[in-house]
Amino acid sequence: MAATQVNPTRMELTRLKKKRITAIRGHKLLKDKRDELMRQYLDLVRENMEVRKRVEAGILSANKNFVIAKAGMSEAALKTALMAPKQEINLVPGEANVMSVNIPTFEYKTRTADENDIYSYGFAFTSSDLDGAVKSLADILPDMIRLAECEKACQLMAAEIEKTRRRVNALEHVIIPETETNIKYITMKLDENERSTQIRLMKVKDMMLEEAHGYSEK
Amino acid sequence: MYKIAVIGDYDSIYGFATLGLSICPVKTPEEARDKLRQLAGGKYGIIYITEAAAAEIKDEIAEYQEQTMPAIIQIPGVSGNTGAGVEGVKKTVEQAVGSDILFAEE
Repeated sequence: MAATQVNPTRMELTRLKKKRITAIRGHKLLKDKRDELMRQYLDLVRENMEVRKRVEAGILSANKNFVIAKAGMSEAALKTALMAPKQEINLVPGEANVMSVNIPTFEYKTRTADENDIYSYGFAFTSSDLDGAVKSLADILPDMIRLAECEKACQLMAAEIEKTRRRVNALEHVIIPETETNIKYITMKLDENERSTQIRLMKVKDMMLEEAHGYSEK
Repeated sequence: MYKIAVIGDYDSIYGFATLGLSICPVKTPEEARDKLRQLAGGKYGIIYITEAAAAEIKDEIAEYQEQTMPAIIQIPGVSGNTGAGVEGVKKTVEQAVGSDILFAEE
């Protein structure tokens, strides 16, 4: 018998049968959702790893370039050179819906179209290494934006997959078996009641016959 | 319109200013925490944070993990790559799949 007390009534039986149908349907849908999420997630996470490695390598080499650039100029000159950036980046955020997970998409727009605007200084008083350093950083920016997109999407999807998996398991191993035992319990109880009513009626009939006609079937 | 910010020690991030990203040099974990909170509440879609700075305020970053915006992304700083970023990716795989089946051998 189930752990919880159930009323062995027909109304309860109908309710439980409906619940079982919903649970089975929900289970199937959630399982499909989990599988599809997982498929897309695995593709995305592979890309995420790839982009991350590329970005990390890019930043490493850019940092090296900056160190070299810094070595060739005074600290004050470097700070002055980078003090007033010419370029500005604006993100245009969007949302994509992957299996009901809202993941952000980023499109970026630079304030000016001229890509040379990343050099916020005159070339006269800065070392040429700085130009290279700034350029190397500018080159990895698209990858960095893509990394942000990918990584955020992966985090959100991983959380959703975890939730969905829990739901699937709860339905599969708890809700559906529990409902089924309850249904079985009620059907058996009802059958038993019916049988006992039947027997009672037969007995009463026997008794009445005997009383009226002195007639016994035995 | 959203913007991009970079948090970390000055030496690691000053280059990003030329690209038009907002840089927020911080020295202490408390500063980083305050800055992150301030930026996340503002109009910032992506916040890059150096691994060194992120290591100190992991709990704060975890809070934003389930939100669509902003995306908080760890990047290596000038002091070198600590592998925290890659570790983060592996962690999401673990969360989704149950165990790291993709990058375990790396």
